[in-house]
Amino acid sequence: LRYLPKSDSERQEMLAACGFSRAEDLYRQLPDQALIHQPLDIEPGKSEYEIIDYFRDQSARNANGYASFLGAGVYNHYRPVIADVVVSRGEFLTSYTPYQAEISQGTLTAIFEFQTMICQLTGMDVANASMYDGSTAVPEAAMMAVRITGRNKILAARTVHPEYREVLRTSLRYQGLPVSEFGYDAKSGLLDLADLESKLDDDTAAVIVQSPNFFGIVDQVEEAARIAHKKGALLVLVFAEAVALGILEPSEGADIVAGELQSFAISPSYGGPFAGIIATRDKHLRQVPGRLVGETTDTHGNRAFCLTLSTREQHIRREKATSNICTNQALIALMATVFLELYGKAGLRELALQNLSKAHYLASKLKPRFTGPFFNEFVASGNGRSVGDINEDLLGQKIIGGLPLARFYPELENTVLLCATEMTKRQEMDHVAEAFTK
Amino acid sequence: MIRKVRQHITQNEDLIFERSSPGKIGYQLPSLDVPEVDPAKALGAAHVRAEIEDAPEVSEVEVIRHFTRLSTWNYAIDLGMYPLGSCTMKYNPRVNELVARIEGMAWPHPYQPDSVSQGAMEVIARLEQALLAITGLDAVTLQPAAGAHGEFTGILLVRALLESRGNPRKRILVPDSAHGTNPATAMMAGYSVMNIKSNAKGLLDVEQLAKIVDDNVAALMVTNPSTLGVFEENIVQCAEILHAKGAMLYMDGANMNALVGLARPGDFGVDVMHINLHKTFSTPHGGGGPGGGPVAVKSHLAPFLPIPRLARVGDQWSWNYDLPQSIGRVRAFYGNFGVLVRALAYIMAHGGNGLRNATLDALLNANYLRYKLAPYFDLPYDSPNMHEVVFSDERQAKKGVRTGDIAKRLIDYGFHPYTVSFPTIVHGALMMEPTETESKRELDLFIDAMISISKEAEDEPEKLKSAPHLTRTTRVDETGAARRPILRWQPDKTASKAAD
Repeated sequence: LRYLPKSDSERQEMLAACGFSRAEDLYRQLPDQALIHQPLDIEPGKSEYEIIDYFRDQSARNANGYASFLGAGVYNHYRPVIADVVVSRGEFLTSYTPYQAEISQGTLTAIFEFQTMICQLTGMDVANASMYDGSTAVPEAAMMAVRITGRNKILAARTVHPEYREVLRTSLRYQGLPVSEFGYDAKSGLLDLADLESKLDDDTAAVIVQSPNFFGIVDQVEEAARIAHKKGALLVLVFAEAVALGILEPSEGADIVAGELQSFAISPSYGGPFAGIIATRDKHLRQVPGRLVGETTDTHGNRAFCLTLSTREQHIRREKATSNICTNQALIALMATVFLELYGKAGLRELALQNLSKAHYLASKLKPRFTGPFFNEFVASGNGRSVGDINEDLLGQKIIGGLPLARFYPELENTVLLCATEMTKRQEMDHVAEAFTK
Repeated sequence: MIRKVRQHITQNEDLIFERSSPGKIGYQLPSLDVPEVDPAKALGAAHVRAEIEDAPEVSEVEVIRHFTRLSTWNYAIDLGMYPLGSCTMKYNPRVNELVARIEGMAWPHPYQPDSVSQGAMEVIARLEQALLAITGLDAVTLQPAAGAHGEFTGILLVRALLESRGNPRKRILVPDSAHGTNPATAMMAGYSVMNIKSNAKGLLDVEQLAKIVDDNVAALMVTNPSTLGVFEENIVQCAEILHAKGAMLYMDGANMNALVGLARPGDFGVDVMHINLHKTFSTPHGGGGPGGGPVAVKSHLAPFLPIPRLARVGDQWSWNYDLPQSIGRVRAFYGNFGVLVRALAYIMAHGGNGLRNATLDALLNANYLRYKLAPYFDLPYDSPNMHEVVFSDERQAKKGVRTGDIAKRLIDYGFHPYTVSFPTIVHGALMMEPTETESKRELDLFIDAMISISKEAEDEPEKLKSAPHLTRTTRVDETGAARRPILRWQPDKTASKAAD
């Protein structure tokens, strides 16, 4: 096998050095019941060419060269070439978690810059080195709020990504942390603040809202924060479309921000790997889950970075850790770091403006279901046609239409969530508009 | 003598923020083909930010130099052996990177219709089948994002099954040799943790287990081979003890690289386990992720697996959400698909026999290290080892040299250190896992380095205590970093410049 760098004579020599005569001696201690007595039922090893061929064949069975109007937590944004150039460098790709700071300064410095830019984007004081994704960052943020407040209830808006809420429920179910939900205004698509107020009580640890919310609407985060704070609860702000951060004013009232960075040069990859973040205020630093990189010096007084505050983490604290997270998404976070540095101050704003403009162009041809202000996604009704038929027609034109919402919101029957990004062309939007009005 | 490396020049590099100046750009967007919208009008002026304060403004060439320079400050598998125990730092084949970037693999949206996602689903199905063949278990979910996430999923499955039988029970047993993620996971699943002591061989104590397993015990979480690199010789009896009391055997698959093609957890009594794709199946560690943490189970746990599950309907794959006993989702969408692609490519390259041969080479390499280094380092447990070997610093400690010092000195010799001070049942542990992708030559260089360091520990211990000496960054002040945390760059606070 081409990945095994030994000749048979070297193997024999090494076996002999160990006092063994044959390879079987290497596992002589295993109980017979554990041993396999027939070969694994897996096809014989394949050449590079055959492997590439197989994946090309499978790729051809997925949509290729389609225009897509899907968003809903995974966005079709341009990926600058150098994002892959950087993460393909073996020194980043094939290194381990940077516990040995002296030979990991590359990764550590990049993470420090990542943490800095997440703070700049979110307006928070501290950001960790990444979570698995947005969906798993949300329960981690909720558990943080529970530790900070000493309370046990979580109240999440129904306009938080439905799959994030599912992960939240699964994660908290057995920890004695009940999760309940509050609604949205049927006309505007904004948070139903009265519903929030009526469901908040003195046991609520966190109110979780998303902005732009699942319908693409820039929501009333500050109002929700005020209501939460009045009752002593924390506000957890979730984002799934990170590009919006380029134009949206950071929240004054949020206590914890949990989000998904897929939009920053991370390919959709059928749902992952992505990178999540948790950011918060300085005073909650000790409750942050996951890895943190800090600045320090080496023995010569040179600036250096290292993993720090690890007494929060599982490898030190075991059952008393803030989270069980160990491996996170370092390489994916590195893609986002490259993206953020390339686009920079001006690019992030222009990118957000283009997204806003494209979606508003599309919306001007359709009738958005909600009146709330939206970023690059909005909900549209079938306008007399079945959205299934509309999407079927579009698929025939190599266009993937919007996400039918009834699967997550039964009350939004025959509506779709449509997304337009800087990658969406005017002509494609015109085709979509036609399909709705046919 | 240091044979593997000599010093060379490395470039200095500032933080990107220190290279920024107003007006520089590293991007260009296509010109807008629709009317530009005024954000204040569209979103309300209060929602629109003036600017992203202190965000960098740099050009493309500065970005590429920045990261290329930073990259040269890292050690990596591509530079040499990475003997971290239980981390399985093996070669990451590049064809795996290529296939994950083919458009039809990298760009499918998770919500696009199943009819135009059949290739992605086929890849998932094929990986599921391979993992079942390898583990000897009955069903698998690929949704968990990493090992600890898989553990959490696996323990939730145990809990859901026990609950369906009327009592979720109270405790998870965790050996004192376990990874820290195990007890942390048990807590997150609502269990209390009972730590159990290893026997004189560092292994599960069957008699003690028989005494403590009662109907309050939900499961035992065991790493096999253990973190000592030793196969749990009584694993079958342990499983029987647990099963007789209605408890389950959870296997942490961190050390699965010792077993692939040789022994199947499903055959030795395991009910549920996670697999670390970024260890055993070579998906790149990437400086700390992404990973993949599939969870494989026996059939009695299958109804509780996370939704959705892949199903064959006619001649098409589809996602099945209709699983009333499921624990629900543990992650959005279907898992780290790009990692799954790489793991499948790895399995395809090896094939069934190749996987077994890789395992045998992993065992051979670890045994070779053991026999060559045993004259120089204390071996606290002498049971036969599998894919890794654990020494202690007992001999060197007499001169005041600890495992951490030996590790730091190893850096000067051109190697990444082994795992330091773990497992904690060995005082001053040196835990080494060479993996199968190291050549005899690389191993011999490592052995030479370790022997040379053992001599230095005798003759010039001070040299070890202040190592590394030859790196661009010398020993860093981790205590200072924790005492006064600086976790982000700020324009007014960062006084010092990069190393000069």
